[in-house]
Order: sequence, then C-alpha cells, then structure tokens
Amino acid sequence: MIARRSIFVPAMLACGFAFLYVPILSMIVYSFNNSRLVTVWDSAHSPTLKWYALLMQNEQIMGAALLSIKVATLNACISVVLGTLAGLVLARFGRFRGRTLLGAMTAAPLVMPEIITGLSMLMLFVAMERLIGWPAGRGITTITIAHVTFSMAYVTVIIQSRLANFDDSLEEAAMDLGARPVTVFRRITLPLIMPAVVSGWLLAFTLSWDDVVISQFVAGPSSTTLPMVIFSKVRLGVSPDINALATIMVLIVATGVVVSALWLRRLERRRWREMQMAVE
Amino acid sequence: MSTRAPRWGRALVGAVPLGWLLLFFMVPFIIVFGISFSQAQLSIPPYAPLWEWVEGQVLALRLHFANYAFLFTDALYISSYLYSLKVAAVSTVLCLLLGYPMAYGMARAAPATRSLLLMLVILPFWTSFLLRVYAWIGLLKNNGVINNVLMSLGVIHHPIVMMQTDFAVYIGIVYSYLPFMILPLYSNLEKHERTLLEAAADLGARPWKAFVRITLPLSRPGIIAGALLVFIPAVGEYVIPSLLGRTDQLMIGRVLSDEFFENRDWPVASAVAIAMLLLLVVPIVIFQRYQSRTLVHR
Repeated sequence: MIARRSIFVPAMLACGFAFLYVPILSMIVYSFNNSRLVTVWDSAHSPTLKWYALLMQNEQIMGAALLSIKVATLNACISVVLGTLAGLVLARFGRFRGRTLLGAMTAAPLVMPEIITGLSMLMLFVAMERLIGWPAGRGITTITIAHVTFSMAYVTVIIQSRLANFDDSLEEAAMDLGARPVTVFRRITLPLIMPAVVSGWLLAFTLSWDDVVISQFVAGPSSTTLPMVIFSKVRLGVSPDINALATIMVLIVATGVVVSALWLRRLERRRWREMQMAVE
Repeated sequence: MSTRAPRWGRALVGAVPLGWLLLFFMVPFIIVFGISFSQAQLSIPPYAPLWEWVEGQVLALRLHFANYAFLFTDALYISSYLYSLKVAAVSTVLCLLLGYPMAYGMARAAPATRSLLLMLVILPFWTSFLLRVYAWIGLLKNNGVINNVLMSLGVIHHPIVMMQTDFAVYIGIVYSYLPFMILPLYSNLEKHERTLLEAAADLGARPWKAFVRITLPLSRPGIIAGALLVFIPAVGEYVIPSLLGRTDQLMIGRVLSDEFFENRDWPVASAVAIAMLLLLVVPIVIFQRYQSRTLVHR
C-alpha cells in the first residue's frame, strides 16, 4: 500500500465518515421542518423555528435538563478527584498490595453492560437504606453516586496514560530539593496532567449527561433526568421537538469539544516551550 | 514521589478510590449474587431474606436455586442469551470491517489531517448516544428518509421494512460503538514502523502480502482491545434493541429489565444478571490484561 496508493482506504474513510455524520445532519435538517410527520418535508412552510419555541415552553424537558446539568456537574467534579487519585496510585506507586484489585476495578466499569451496573447499584441502595437508613429514598444523590462509579474509571484511564507519558524525574528532582509530597503534587504533577484532568472532567460530564440505563434504575419517581425523558418520548416514535433538542445539544457539544481542543493545544504548546527553556 | 511519601499518606491516597469502588462496585455484585438465590415475595423489598434467626438462636440459611433452574429450562432465556451473543458477534465483526480501514487510513494520513480526522471520529462519541440512535429511526422507518429518497428516485416502489429487524440493530450498534473500535486500532497502527513495509516492498512483497504478513499481525492487540470494547457492552445492550430492534426476539438486557420493571421479580432479574456476567467473565478478564499491557507499553 506504499508503492501504489490504493483507492480502497480513502473510499472507506469517506464512507465511514458519511455513516457517522449523515444521521446527525438529517436530524438537524428535519428539526426545521414544519410538518409533524418529521420525515416528510413540508416545503411550503419550512424552514421554521416552531419546534424550538415549543421546546422552550416544555417545562418537563426544561426541569429534566436542569437536573441533568446538576448531576453531571457534581459527577464530573467527584469523578475527577477520585479518578486522579486512582490514576496517580496506579501509575506512580509501583507494586503494592491491592494494586491488582484497584486496576481490575477501574477497568471493569469501562466494559460492564450498563444494565448490570444499574441493577446492582439499586440493590445496594435498597440494602443500605434498610441497614443504615441512608440514602433515604432515591434521587440526585443516588444518581450521582452511580454515575461517579463508572465515570471515575474513564478518568482513571485518561490520567494513568497521561502519567505514563512522563517519567517521574521531575517529581524526583523536586523531592531531592526538599519539597513535601503534597507540594510536589500541586506544583509538578498537577500542572503536568492538567490537560488530562480537563478532558477527564469533560468526559465524565458527558457520560453522566448521556446516561439513561443506569439512571432508570437508581432514579426515584420525582427525579427524571433529560435522557430518561427523551427515552420515554422516543420509544413512542420520532417527534419533531426531540429533533430540535438534539440539534441544540449537538451544537453545544461540537462548540465545547472544538474550543477545549484548541485550548488544550495552546496549553500543551506553552508547556512545551517552558520545558525547552528549562532545558536550555 | 514513590519512595519518600510517608506510608500512611500513600495508603490514604490509594484508599479513597479503592474504598469507593469496593463499596459501590464490588459490594453491589455480592448483593445481586445473594439476591439471585432468594425467593420473590410480596414485600418491600420484594424478596425473601437469605438467612433468618430461628427461635433466636439458630441461623437458618435458605438458598433457593430455582431461579437458575428457571433460566436453563425456559426457552425464552436461552434463546435471548444466544440471540444477544449472535448480535454482539456480528456487530463486532462489522465494526472491525469498517473500523480497520478507517483507522488504517487515519494512521497513514499527514499529521495535520490526522488530528482533524481523529477529532471527527471522537466528536459523535461526545454527542448523546440516545439521540444518535434516535436519528436512525428517522432514516430507517417505512416513511423515513432512506425509503423516501429511494422511492422518489424510482429505485423501489414499496418501502423496504428496516425498522424492528436485526439489520437495524446491527446498524445501531456499529454506529454507536465504531469510535471504540477505531481508537485502539488507530493508536496501535500509528506506532507501526513504516520501514518494515518498505523493507518488505524492497524484498519484492506485494502491498497486500506485506499487509497480511506484517501490519495485520502487529495490530493484533489493537484488534483484540477494539473487539472487546464493542463485544462486551453489546451483549448487554438495552437502548438500541429497544428503539430499533425486533419485538418477537428480545435481547437479554431487555429481558432483565422486563423481569425487574414489569414483573418486579428481583431474584430472577438478579439471576439473569449473574448469568450474563458469567458469560462475560472471560472476555472481561482478557480485556483487563490488554488494558494494563497497552498502558505499560506506552
């Protein structure tokens, strides 16, 4: 494939990207369609913004969105702390008792079918409530705990692979100069892994923002997250206001990902320059 | 860092995440395992306790194996397990067939294009999984976009039924899990030495042969990691078959959820979960091996 550039690989790339993006694009286009029959284009009255207006008036969706934002933010903050600790331990502490166990338990949630995680989390909460009276009922606390448990695994992997890219010579040097471990972490390790911490936070946020299966198990009757509302609506078929909602969400995410990618790249360049200057 | 932090300090740093995972990941499985040996009854919670003090002094343990016997005798469960395995296997192969050439093309692209392509692969992964599956309903249904386009072009005269078929489920799974296949493959293929292929070409090997003899074997860890990242969650997939799939043949995730939410039979739901977990133990262990190995090699 070096001597003669084959057409096969570029063609597959094009098909693959078309496959990834055509559904999203069609969803966006039809969100401006006037007809209630989502996929029949009503050219006389389209494009229209009426589904967006209807969406803003839908209190159920707005309330659920607010709950989802709260859960996702809480989840991202807790997951980043726990995931960073776990990643640090796995990447830097060498061999110790419990390492295999910690490694296994941070890898398993990555592939565990959500339905099993959801069921077992609920069973735990029910058993705990009976034994110690906490968590009383189910709602934002139980959803957040469940989300943190699988999100922190993703954060751990990100932090761990970031730390694996650097040897610990900088940290060693700081120690030799008499810095205490906490200072070393704050002044050396944390700045080094900052890009990974940021992308870990963002990933944890989206994982929670997206989750429907686990939330269904651990949410109480009065706490419905946005994906749960969408899922129950979508099961009944396509509806144009969901297209509008999807469009808004896709736009927010696309902007967020592009902006943070640019920002991370700048951060990385600056750090690289500083490293170069330090070496010279 | 590793040597001079005080012992208790290091232990504390490790204990926090470990404690969290033990309490909220490990213990729940033990509880589910226990409940799977219990008996359903009308109470809150709806299962009988496993042990009881008889007359205040004898601890009586009641293990109830009927839930498992039920799973192995009722054709519904066995066919759902087999169907889930089939769907997951076919989707994994389809993902590999589409994902491998894409990852290969990305790894061979110029560096600037490469990071753009990488971003394009990751971007859909950040947008709601649920909404991306939903998007396919609009495309696949009888009066959906695909049928409308084909009919207006005169290719077909009657709509093709695509919703609620195996085909729709394959599409949904491949679509949702494709990034999980591409990313490990890409990070593997990107590291290959080009000189190996050049050497093969100098020695007279055809590009195709060089690919089969060099690139393919070297990318084995990437293939295995990608395949497991798709296969394991796909077996327990619930949202995709609920939205796009057949109604006459359920996947095991749906059966579990029905047992739990519709029948409120917690013991049987737990037994279904444990049986699913047993099916997945071997692939999960292999995945963990590869996961730690790729991290070490980096």
